[in-house]
Amino acid sequence: MKLDVKRIHTGNAKWSLLFTVLLLGLPLIFSTNNYLLSTLIMVGFYTIVSTGLTLLMGYAGQISLGQAAFYGIGAYTSAYLTAHAGVSSWLAMAAGAAIAAMVALIVGIPAFRLREHYLALATLGFGIIVFTFFKEWKGITGGLNGFFGIPPIQLFGFPLQTDFQFYYLVWIFALIGVLFARNIVRSRVGRALLSIHGSEIAANSLGVNITKYKLQIFMISAVYASVAGSLYAHYVTFINPDLFGIVPSIYFLIMVVIGGTGNVWGGLIGAAVYVCLGELLKEMVPMFIPNAGGEFEIVFFGLLLVIILIYMPNGLSHSLSKVLKRVSSTSRHRKEPILVAENENAGSVGGEH
Amino acid sequence: MKKSVLLEIEQLSKSFGGVHAVQNVSFCVRDQEIVAIIGPNGAGKTTLFNIVTGILPPTSGSVLFKGMPVTGKKPYQLAALGITRTFQNLQVFTNMTVIENVMVGMHTRLKTGIFSAGFRLPQVFKEEKQALKQAMACLEQVGIAHLAFEKADILPYGTQRLVEIARAAASQPSLILLDEPMAGLNPQESKKLVDVLLAMRNNGMTFLFVEHDMETVMAIADRVIVLDYGKKIAEGCPEEITQHPDVIKAYLGEEEGASC
Amino acid sequence: MDGWSQFVQLLFSGLTVGSIYALVALGFVITYSVTGILNLAQGDFAMLGALLCITFVNSGIPFVIAILLSVVAVMAVGGLFERLAIHPARNSSIATLIIITIGAAFVFRGIAIFIWGTQPYALRPFTGNHSLNVVGAVIQTQNLWAIALSLVSFIALYIFFNKTYIGKAVTACVVNPFAARLMGIEPRKMSLGAVAVSAGLGALAGIVIAPVSGASYDMGVMIGLKAFIAAVIGGLTNAPAAIAGAFIIGILEAFTEGYLSSGYKDAISFGLLLLVLFFMPNGIFAKMSGKRV
Ligand SMILES: Nc1ncnc2c1ncn2[C@@H]1O[C@H](COP(=O)(O)OP(=O)(O)OP(=O)(O)O)[C@@H](O)[C@H]1O
Ligand SMILES: [Mg+2]
Repeated sequence: MKLDVKRIHTGNAKWSLLFTVLLLGLPLIFSTNNYLLSTLIMVGFYTIVSTGLTLLMGYAGQISLGQAAFYGIGAYTSAYLTAHAGVSSWLAMAAGAAIAAMVALIVGIPAFRLREHYLALATLGFGIIVFTFFKEWKGITGGLNGFFGIPPIQLFGFPLQTDFQFYYLVWIFALIGVLFARNIVRSRVGRALLSIHGSEIAANSLGVNITKYKLQIFMISAVYASVAGSLYAHYVTFINPDLFGIVPSIYFLIMVVIGGTGNVWGGLIGAAVYVCLGELLKEMVPMFIPNAGGEFEIVFFGLLLVIILIYMPNGLSHSLSKVLKRVSSTSRHRKEPILVAENENAGSVGGEH
Repeated sequence: MKKSVLLEIEQLSKSFGGVHAVQNVSFCVRDQEIVAIIGPNGAGKTTLFNIVTGILPPTSGSVLFKGMPVTGKKPYQLAALGITRTFQNLQVFTNMTVIENVMVGMHTRLKTGIFSAGFRLPQVFKEEKQALKQAMACLEQVGIAHLAFEKADILPYGTQRLVEIARAAASQPSLILLDEPMAGLNPQESKKLVDVLLAMRNNGMTFLFVEHDMETVMAIADRVIVLDYGKKIAEGCPEEITQHPDVIKAYLGEEEGASC
Repeated sequence: MDGWSQFVQLLFSGLTVGSIYALVALGFVITYSVTGILNLAQGDFAMLGALLCITFVNSGIPFVIAILLSVVAVMAVGGLFERLAIHPARNSSIATLIIITIGAAFVFRGIAIFIWGTQPYALRPFTGNHSLNVVGAVIQTQNLWAIALSLVSFIALYIFFNKTYIGKAVTACVVNPFAARLMGIEPRKMSLGAVAVSAGLGALAGIVIAPVSGASYDMGVMIGLKAFIAAVIGGLTNAPAAIAGAFIIGILEAFTEGYLSSGYKDAISFGLLLLVLFFMPNGIFAKMSGKRV
């Protein structure tokens, strides 16, 4: 019997690779379809945020209802530093990430002494307070009127302005983010996070410094959100506080729930479903219900949230990975080392990373 | 006794409001000993464990481990020093596989931090491989290696207990506290567990355990400590204890007040 | 308007808003005590109540009947919500349940947009456009209605929970669900009742505030959130403390608005929430109590 590390991490490298190639090849085929590209760019931003949030919620089991605050911190830091202070966009992005991490640390220290309901309310409160600052610090953020004229991001002195260019920029970040998250969860740190979710008291008694890991992963998730915010600001060149209030925080939460907890691809799947469904609803709803405003679509997201949580609490990525596993195992069933000898339902064996 | 003292408990007390769960309890545990704590329900056994493992602060008194005062240390710090435990109400990580449970138990022995993990530095892979091998060995020790890649939540109760024990032993601590390890096990399973514990002891492990099943206590305990209403009412080898008048009184539930 | 009359004016507007928060917070405390769920859709019951009542009044139904009808209708919505969303997920984790209530809030809001659109509506005051003059401050009678109605509700609830059989049964479920079951009380059924009563309280709050600040599909968000702050400040399961918390928040907001800037109103309330959560997690009126491990 050969022991292999791959046995614990039953993710599908093959599928992941295939998907990555597809993703990066797509613009070469549809290079002139700006609608498609810009939609997928949005998916990219949200993938980055929700991958970070998946680490926090899906792995460590800690809720955050204020994630959009970090998204906003990144966006406004980049906007201000590049537009008003002449700082390079990369430096500004790093500064945003650093600020977001600091804020996460400062808020996290008292907040992660709280649990469940209280943690939910505290992060919500944090989100609303930051949102208020975005609205009221008019000198920096432009207040409710918004922040105009954010310069494009520069790469080796060339501004990245077309959707085609931005697509690659965003998706390289997103894929690196997913890879980084995948590496974390397949390690001592990932197990520590899962153990906190499983039983704090047992994790603590086995040597896991719970507070440290909660804070670390909160900071990491803040950095993910902030980097996405920075990229977003450069892409749209105009931002306003409403993009970073509680409702966006809830949308990030919805993405994580749709995508599923306990799988690093969950964030991407959630982001994709969210954006595509949103686009679809924008098309469909006026056809069936002519007088409903654009905001009517929230009813679908609300329903989706409730239904998924009741009937599919592990999210779409869980079901998808099962399907993929079945597809690949039928083709090479015989070659698998049979470790679980006396177990009848060996088909369902395996972690869900 | 020639063996050195591993754990020393001095005048430990814990009150919850008006409930004096543990009162002035003192005793010690020596290297490679197996010490049992017995006592009726609500005697304060679990509370004592919670204090020793840092989950609860004592109201007064102190705990010394390897001669070092450890009162007030956090559970994870104590784990790093070499004290781990199992729980009366199972605390298996049901969101993980059996082997991952055990690998969490090795947490203090591994080094990978969040950045070396994220960037998958070469040593991480080596460490993972090593950890997997050791975790597998732990599972073999308690006889559930064949279940390594099962999700922990589908296992029967008795097997989950074994997972907890393997997990607690995974970091090769000096002392393991077991809170009612036999509860929920069938006779064969408990017999197997007795053998496992004795074998682990021969490999250098020390155990302090709470148990209601007197057969197990008689079979493996070198020494027995009896708690009743938070007080230590007797201490000695198993044969002495079963003859002890206060112990008989406590268990038969005669008029109290005369105890101690 | 001199300083003193401004003070009185702000105080009254704080008391009015506070009594609305108190009604919603009370519903929240009841739901939480009985079901253990933090219902983030609580504020949307207020929105539904207000908009329904406006529709009824506009279609010519007498005022009092319109109020009663809309309260009952929202109670039915609350009951439906409990059956369809809370009950099936009752064994899920707390985080899951919180998120479910967020989803429900979205659904309520979406339905409201569908029926009423996004424009604000007005409801005429209960008793004409009269106002009183108190040391130079102009107090609308509707403000007095708000305060009075919430006081009446508190007293009614107090009597319900302490004097009637059903009320005592609910209390029993909260104090000791196991013993309650032994006595033949079914805590599960209480969950339905609790959510329905909370919904009714929320609806009443919405109806009362509608003549003062109008009604629209998104009015529930902030009312709900502020009510949570009030309840948390009070310690989540303590109704009188939640009411006190609600008035503290209401008055604090009125003064922030009057003396500072309305933009900071929400931040100040949530700042207070964070302070309480971080430093007094059992509420400002609570004694410390140990949790068993
Ligand atoms: N966190 C707590 N808060 C209040 N009282 C507690 C707490 N923990 C334990 N107690 C009380 O302390 C006493 C001792 O409880 P403990 O759990 O230590 O008993 P035990 O000996 O482990 O009993 P059992 O054999 O039933 O496990 C009991 O009266 C119990 O009610
Ligand atoms: Mg016990």
